[in-house]
Amino acid sequence: MTPEFMTSATFPASPPENRSWTRYFGFNTDAKVIGIQYIVTAFFFFLIGGLLAMIIRGELITPAADLVDRTVYNGIYTMHGTIMLFLFIFPVLNGLNNLLIPTMIGAPDMAFPRLNAVAFWLVPIFGSLLIASFFVPGGPAYSGWWSYPPVSIQNPLGHFVNGQGLWLTAVALSGVSSIMGAVNFVTTILRMRAPGMGFFRMPVFCWTALAAQSLQLIGLPALTGGAVMLLMDLSFGTSFYQAEGGGDPVLYQHFFWFYSHPAVYVIILPVFGIFSELFPVYSRKPLFGYVYVSLASFIIVGLGLIVWVHHFFTSGVPQWMRNLFMVNTMLISVPTGVKVFAWLGTIWRGKLRLTTPMLFCLGGLFNFVFAGITGVMLATVPVDIHVSNTYFVVGHFHYVIYGAAVMGIFAAIYHWFPKFTGRMPYEGLGKLHFLLTFVGANLNFLPMHPLGLMGMPRRVSSYDPEFAFWNVLASLGAFLLGVSIIPFLLNMVSAWVRGPKAPHNPWNAIGLEWLLPSPPPEDNFGEHVPTVISRPYGYGTGEPLVENQAEIERQLTLQEASA
Amino acid sequence: MSNPSGRSRPPISSVGLVALLGWIGLLIALSWWMAQQAYRWLPVQASTAAPLVDGLFSFETGIGTFVFGAVVSVMVWVVVMHRAEKYDETDAEPIEGNTRLEVVWTAIPFVLVMAIAVYAIQVNTRLGVLGPMEHIHLANPVEEQGGYPADRLPAEQVEVIARQWSWEFRYPDANVSTTELHLPVDQPVTFRLVSEDVLHGFYIPAFRLKQDVIPGRAINFNLTPTREGRYRLRDSQFSGTWFAANQADVVVESQEEYQAWLQHAAHQPLQPGLSDAVGEYGTRKQLKNPGWATVPPAPPPQVNVPGSNTLPHDA
Repeated sequence: MTPEFMTSATFPASPPENRSWTRYFGFNTDAKVIGIQYIVTAFFFFLIGGLLAMIIRGELITPAADLVDRTVYNGIYTMHGTIMLFLFIFPVLNGLNNLLIPTMIGAPDMAFPRLNAVAFWLVPIFGSLLIASFFVPGGPAYSGWWSYPPVSIQNPLGHFVNGQGLWLTAVALSGVSSIMGAVNFVTTILRMRAPGMGFFRMPVFCWTALAAQSLQLIGLPALTGGAVMLLMDLSFGTSFYQAEGGGDPVLYQHFFWFYSHPAVYVIILPVFGIFSELFPVYSRKPLFGYVYVSLASFIIVGLGLIVWVHHFFTSGVPQWMRNLFMVNTMLISVPTGVKVFAWLGTIWRGKLRLTTPMLFCLGGLFNFVFAGITGVMLATVPVDIHVSNTYFVVGHFHYVIYGAAVMGIFAAIYHWFPKFTGRMPYEGLGKLHFLLTFVGANLNFLPMHPLGLMGMPRRVSSYDPEFAFWNVLASLGAFLLGVSIIPFLLNMVSAWVRGPKAPHNPWNAIGLEWLLPSPPPEDNFGEHVPTVISRPYGYGTGEPLVENQAEIERQLTLQEASA
Repeated sequence: MSNPSGRSRPPISSVGLVALLGWIGLLIALSWWMAQQAYRWLPVQASTAAPLVDGLFSFETGIGTFVFGAVVSVMVWVVVMHRAEKYDETDAEPIEGNTRLEVVWTAIPFVLVMAIAVYAIQVNTRLGVLGPMEHIHLANPVEEQGGYPADRLPAEQVEVIARQWSWEFRYPDANVSTTELHLPVDQPVTFRLVSEDVLHGFYIPAFRLKQDVIPGRAINFNLTPTREGRYRLRDSQFSGTWFAANQADVVVESQEEYQAWLQHAAHQPLQPGLSDAVGEYGTRKQLKNPGWATVPPAPPPQVNVPGSNTLPHDA
């Protein structure tokens, strides 16, 4: 990294630091402000998406379609998936990227701070667009978050402005926002690391973020292109996907899944990063096999790009393609297994501290291993033919997304909350939140597996009575999950307002971000970026991470004592 | 796999070794039991494909149970035994990795999943040769779908027409149409799947088979029912408002009963077939505030015998 580069990143000189709460509501270029903007916005939409999930589970607690009209049900399940993916999970992860990447690598900010702010402000814009689609004539999009044609281009009312059109516009904008974010994260990681921080001294979270954001750059153009063509079919009479005009509806499935399968890795890779960061801290041991774990992320990227056809084994693909994509898919379990075993090796013979973040990590790992096993089952074509598009798949991916990813995200929020707010979260509320989440998620998502094996299709608004028992259990679990968010919100709000002041390193963790005050100043280390002299996670080795570490820590402690 | 003894530094005592082996034995027994249970989670087996699919699923359940059990055993052991003492602020012994162990736990999953993949490809191939006997190539081999080579003529061909939201079944030889699918037991049958509007999914859980119905294509799809009974056919690819109600019954019966049914059906006059969507659409139109916009259902197909979709079904 050249000094010129750093100057250009912070130029023009920033105005005097604005530390008031109002900075969170404006166009701010500080990655730490943007990170919190992302996370708070994401949780706002999480509540909306969760409310829709409650309506879905309320409808499905009885076999008949009796709570809402079928059209309303279809709109609600579509918006639940869309909001949770595009407005909750991607933004919340970008929030963590914004908070963690610059502080972990010792950069003053992201490489392109204004692009970063624009990428964030697109989120509330396309979010409002999506929410507005509830109020247009005919209601919101109802064709599922895949939006497969021809259902998605049927446009029953024939209006030019319709729910599906708004949906497609919002998804395209979301793609633009994600590409802007990805360019920024990749550039920042490649070019702005602290002196001495070679790739193999980089925290695993940054490795996984680099891998995930590279996937965004490779995959998103396919989805965005596919979505634009769908919008043209819907609004301008083209027939890319319409059989009667010479198009092919299956073509869309290729465009969609070429991105949307890797999107799952965009979600889960940073969560692997979180596990890799947190298990060492709370086991007081180095990460087992750091190099293997880091490289495994990129093996997952490579394989993740060549498995997309497994999403439509039933849709008319030839036998050789089925076999090829099955084998590719199953191979992913090898690098993923390497990571799981590395985490087990990390906690083995450690000195475990079962704090809230550690509990969320352990619970997340438990759920992830379960999801991995059902994932291998789904990869094998004959079993997939039976259970594809059934509740088995719904159960599988909710174990991945909620059971593993969201639990990992909660772990990260509890772990880094003191760093970025300067306040300590409450342990009791945190543990209550963990307990409700873990029990609720398993009660909600485990019953979906027997339902799928019995042959209950996903996306149904009514079902045969033989499915009632497991659906009642799933609904009760869902309502428990709904309740589980209350202690979390209570914890976050009250801790931020009046929680105990956080020291610079409350968990006794190793990492550049823990050598900053809590909360860090706007330009992080400013002119005094420490020089990294060893690998991360040196727990128990006694080796300092950076030059003059003792002196830096003494300064921070003095600062805290005088404050 | 995640054998705890492999990682412990101090050599394990003989008591510990026996306990560990005992635990692994217990896990194997549990996995074996789960593999047997797996059959009970699935619907009755009513086609030649079902035992093959179920066997693979049972095998995967067994292996999956062992892997999950082993990983969770390690996690529980660590959480119970390797907790930091109260007020112990020190770090643990810094073990940074072990190349031999890492190679082993890369190789074992690789071998395991490849074993599963080989088994699955074998099942795929066997599913492919389960169809009927004669080999006559169709003009367009691209349309070989559904896990079976469709390049043969079957004993019986049934045309399936999927609509928003009804299933129509036509028997061209007997000149019969119906909204309740009848099939003779142990006879190979080929379906010709077409859709008049959007994607649908032709899915009979008791047969363990599923094939998307794609507008603009006619897809040949073979299967052989093996058990008499009444089963559900469900739409498995989201098709709009009444997707969930787009179900039909499949009646598998003896050759004699089937022939009698065909003969009886051929003499029935055409009448409206089953379509729950049409009925619900009618009542919905009476409502002041019915909900959001919908595509109107296609009129019920004109068939010889509507059949039923409300009788008790086996799966």
